[in-house]
Amino acid sequence: MTGQRTLATAGRVLRQLRHDPRTIALMLVVPCLLMTLLRYVYDGQVQIFDHVAPVLLVLFPFTVMFVVTSVAMLRERSSGTLERLLTTPMAKGDLLAGYALAFSVAAVIQVGLVMVLAVGPLGLQIHGGLGALATVALLDALLGTVLGLFLSAFANTEFQAVQFLPAFVLPQLLLCGLFAPRAQMLPILSWLSDVMPLSYAVDAATRAATSSMWTSALTTDVLVVAACIPLFLGLGAGTLRRRTP
Amino acid sequence: MNAIEVSHLRVVRGGRVVLPDLSCTVSSGTIAGLLGPSGSGKTTLIRAIVGVQRVASGHLSVLGKPAGSPELRRLVGYVTQTPSVYGDLTVRENLAYFATMAGVASSAVADVIETVSLGALSSTQVAQLSGGERARVSLAAALLPSPKLLVLDEPTVGLDPVLRQELWDLFHQLAGKGVTFLISSHVMDEADRCQRLLLLREGAVLADATPAELLQRTQSADLEAAFLRLIEAEVSI
Ligand SMILES: Nc1ncnc2c1ncn2[C@@H]1O[C@H](COP(=O)(O)OP(=O)(O)OP(=O)(O)O)[C@@H](O)[C@H]1O
Ligand SMILES: [Mg+2]
Repeated sequence: MTGQRTLATAGRVLRQLRHDPRTIALMLVVPCLLMTLLRYVYDGQVQIFDHVAPVLLVLFPFTVMFVVTSVAMLRERSSGTLERLLTTPMAKGDLLAGYALAFSVAAVIQVGLVMVLAVGPLGLQIHGGLGALATVALLDALLGTVLGLFLSAFANTEFQAVQFLPAFVLPQLLLCGLFAPRAQMLPILSWLSDVMPLSYAVDAATRAATSSMWTSALTTDVLVVAACIPLFLGLGAGTLRRRTP
Repeated sequence: MNAIEVSHLRVVRGGRVVLPDLSCTVSSGTIAGLLGPSGSGKTTLIRAIVGVQRVASGHLSVLGKPAGSPELRRLVGYVTQTPSVYGDLTVRENLAYFATMAGVASSAVADVIETVSLGALSSTQVAQLSGGERARVSLAAALLPSPKLLVLDEPTVGLDPVLRQELWDLFHQLAGKGVTFLISSHVMDEADRCQRLLLLREGAVLADATPAELLQRTQSADLEAAFLRLIEAEVSI
């Protein structure tokens, strides 16, 4: 692996995005619109908005990066460019790290915009540190990216890749504690919730937003999410085969 | 010395035996043509030689190393049948990226753009190019690292006669410097420009000869007739 190739890949992915203004608009504007929508859905119930908004703040980058990455990787496979790259001296890590870096940059912009909008015009009250919340959101964006990289190997078409969103993201969303407290779920569901990375991200977001101190529970949640990133990156590297059938 | 040596290669794709037991060689510095009907296994053989095809058994040696060895990644250029470049990037952006990934100085980019006559289009997005132009971007990317062996899967499809002539002149010029070529083609008049021809049918080598030998052995006036006679098994060599 070389830094130069990783940077070149990140630059290339971002350049591809730049040539596609509609995707950029979708990545940046849609989360802001949804956040605004949420604010007015809970117009009379500001406490609920204050409770749900931090969770959405980490869910947006996760979901968007998951979809964008898995489709981008699938296109790389079906266009033959992946095969071409794998016949060059490049290391697989160069490609994966490049993708992760590029989408982290996109996530920083996305998270920054939504955050400014939420705590500014929308009047979101955050009791904890904004920095902690931003960190969690960025880690979550990275998690979405590496999960998308890994799962794209199991899709043969863009139709299938998009279907992974309801198949892999919605169950995590249902079980992450947003709709019902994780501790009150049926044992099997609460166990499932315990092994899903998104649950820790959502817990971390809630903790970061409600406590002004960086607690040890927050550290644990952040570490779990952070540890999932190299795990899925490694699994993703395993799906990049130089020889195919 | 042989640039490519294939012995008893067997490849199964999707449960079907595509290459049952194929052996052939290509000697260094020659331009070898790979011909055969659609579905005869040309792309599969090419993929095995560049080391991206999973093979069931057999031995493949490329430039003296087993096919797919990491050392070969700097020495073998591969152009896929469908152009494998990024449609949403410009010609220059594509080549600059592939240059970095291949470990080549970025100064090589301008050279290969000139080589494939795309100078006027270097700032155009690849998705907006014609099929033949896109194919040349893909070829340019393979030329970047100045490979010792170039494996080209139908590189001249969709090109007009003038461009095709230019590319063949380039291939001959590079072959003169010791580069080996394996070029698959459907166009019979291109077979004439190869020094050696491999004819595949149903995954087996039907003929391995020079164009002149083929004409003589099949008693045909041109290569098209020679191939038709061979494929229809009127004669065998
Ligand atoms: N991905 C694949 N999975 C399963 N079978 C395949 C696959 N690709 C090709 N085949 C089969 O292998 C055989 C040889 O295909 P190949 O692409 O090597 O032919 P070809 O000689 O290159 O044909 P063409 O001139 O049309 O490009 C065909 O019968 C095809 O059906
Ligand atoms: Mg083919």
